[in-house]
Amino acid sequence: MRARVYVTLKPSVFDPQGRVVADALVTLGYQDVQDVRQGKFFEVELSATDAATAKARVTEMADKLLANPVIESYRVEVLP
Amino acid sequence: MKFSVVVFPGSNSDYDACYAASSVLGEDAALVWHKDTDLQGADVVILPGGFAHGDYLRTGAIARFSPIMASVKAFADRGGPVLGICNGFQVLLEAGMLPGAMVRNDRIKFVSRLVPVRVEHTDTPFTAACESQQVLHLPIAHGEGNYYASPEVLSELEHHRQVIFRYADPLGVVAPEHNPNGSLNNIAGICNRQRNVVGLMPHPERAAEAQLGSADGRVILASAVQALASLSR
Repeated sequence: MRARVYVTLKPSVFDPQGRVVADALVTLGYQDVQDVRQGKFFEVELSATDAATAKARVTEMADKLLANPVIESYRVEVLP
Repeated sequence: MKFSVVVFPGSNSDYDACYAASSVLGEDAALVWHKDTDLQGADVVILPGGFAHGDYLRTGAIARFSPIMASVKAFADRGGPVLGICNGFQVLLEAGMLPGAMVRNDRIKFVSRLVPVRVEHTDTPFTAACESQQVLHLPIAHGEGNYYASPEVLSELEHHRQVIFRYADPLGVVAPEHNPNGSLNNIAGICNRQRNVVGLMPHPERAAEAQLGSADGRVILASAVQALASLSR
């Protein structure tokens, strides 16, 4: 099965990269851009055959490695 | 006394730390590969600067799972002095041996220069030979030295006197304009509650001899020698 993990900085953590990207977009003429937050995206292929197991496994992986809970939050999505 | 310096793939200040301990201080020093589990009779453990595992995912995120880290943690739990320098500090944060995390420098740029750093407390094995509020000129070289902790953790750190180094001006004045990376409260280094694990972004081992532009870093490693000598007396 395939799962997707979206990792983003918590709202309370300043995102300097997102800020620079936002500034660049405004410079390009996208005056309507108010903010950009940059994150990470993972696609995990695994041998589990049911969605519940896959979700539990990948959630554990996100907790242990893919995200740092001090500064980041994450969302796990299992593909049908 | 023996300094053991852990070598991760991508460490680049391992030899500098070894050299500072052995050639500058005249102590024993050994390099320990990250896949080993034996700290080779260390009295002091150093996690050096560099880019362990290429800084992939997050700085220090992969290094904390290296086999040697279980031994480093056990050594620290027994009260052994552990110093994390730059990337080594980031590894200690990811390993949960120190609280908080690092994010990108607020102005994005990799910062590499000599900065004044104020010593806040001298009751750690790596500041024992310093004077309180002493200003050390130490080189920083990092892209992610912007220390972050939640407001609760930050106030606990301050309350328990765990902020050991702060970015300052040459007179020791701590102000936002002397902060090179956006670090909360100008934090350059902290310790754990037991005070035997210290992490800092500046590189004392790269400033251990006058020929390197500053010899101010020497006192940090010499502190460990002094602290352990006074323990064994």
